[in-house]
Amino acid sequence: MNTLDFEPPYLYPDYRSTELRAPKHEPVRLPDEWFHNASGPVFGRIPVRAEDADLTRQHRGEPLGERIIITGRVLDSDGHPVRNTLVEIWQANAAGRYLDPADDHPAPLDPNFTGAGRALTDQAGFYRFVTIKPGAYPWGNHLNAWRPAHVHFSLFGPSLASRLVTQMYFPGDPLIPLDPMMSSIPDARGRELLIARLDLDTTVPDWALGYRWDIVLRGRRATPTEA
Amino acid sequence: MTAPTPSQTVGPFFGFALPFENDANAVENDAYATAGESTDAIRVEGQVLDGIGEPVGDALVEASQGDQFARCRTDGEGTFHFVLRNPVVSDGAPFFNITVFARGLLRHLQTRMYFPDGDGANHVDRVLQLVDESRRHTLIARRDGDILHFDIRLQGEGETVFFAV
Repeated sequence: MNTLDFEPPYLYPDYRSTELRAPKHEPVRLPDEWFHNASGPVFGRIPVRAEDADLTRQHRGEPLGERIIITGRVLDSDGHPVRNTLVEIWQANAAGRYLDPADDHPAPLDPNFTGAGRALTDQAGFYRFVTIKPGAYPWGNHLNAWRPAHVHFSLFGPSLASRLVTQMYFPGDPLIPLDPMMSSIPDARGRELLIARLDLDTTVPDWALGYRWDIVLRGRRATPTEA
Repeated sequence: MTAPTPSQTVGPFFGFALPFENDANAVENDAYATAGESTDAIRVEGQVLDGIGEPVGDALVEASQGDQFARCRTDGEGTFHFVLRNPVVSDGAPFFNITVFARGLLRHLQTRMYFPDGDGANHVDRVLQLVDESRRHTLIARRDGDILHFDIRLQGEGETVFFAV
């Protein structure tokens, strides 16, 4: 398995913003034993409150849209659960609009939805969020560029090498094959790793559909990804 | 080995979600600092620039060392700042780990900020010695009064050295 093909390159011209931001030099590779000994950031200053894991209860009323549950297990690439690690998520609302002031998409904001959450994984590595299914939205990359519905994830894990920022997609979304960010991952098996699956075990009957999405962080035996 | 989950860009719209109180200042709420002792606090200011020298106004910069962690966003001028305590190192030269996320970065970038070399430690640091001598300066902050200045050039002339992670 060549896991390099599971990672996007820095330069991917179909995603235009990479052209002036991708480094031209190869990253410098440190000897593996130094790499693995690099302790990661300690995120303890970032506040995590219980209500941060339920994005539908952060305001006076309930947000509009399809209520969903997203849960999964965080493992390292050696197969061990990653316990007590911070998972941060952020997303657009059901109309495809971010609360972020930089978002000028003319779709309505929802006064009952911020779209940001935090949770810690439990002793088995599980996280769980209740949220609203985000909408697709247009972006300026090319004519009729529309992002598939997605939720942004940020995770720390135990080491510098385990830090991960990525996006989770929804199964069956016809925009996925058209998305340059998704297409930047060379190997289809890598792209599949970003798609959650509908999970009736997570679904709460008569209340919310459940999606299962497991996340794998680089473990001690992983080697650095080069350019 | 199980394949790690692939990376995707942080995108442009994280500014309402990832900041937290005092995120850029790891010293302010430090018990040691509030006791009025010397904190060895170091303020680092810098700018993130793209391949044609334009400021990157939507980057997220994280700095860490030991148990210290700071997170900051760049503003419209591409500038950022953070405050950490002086690093304590047992081996090699002192440095801060710096991680850069931005729209257009499908994977984050990892680098190190070393200090202006007062005692020659940079000359024997094993990581710096692995870096081509002509590019080593991109990893070394410059002193600017009471602060340190460290620019991050993503691409092109004076491109910052990044490390594979």
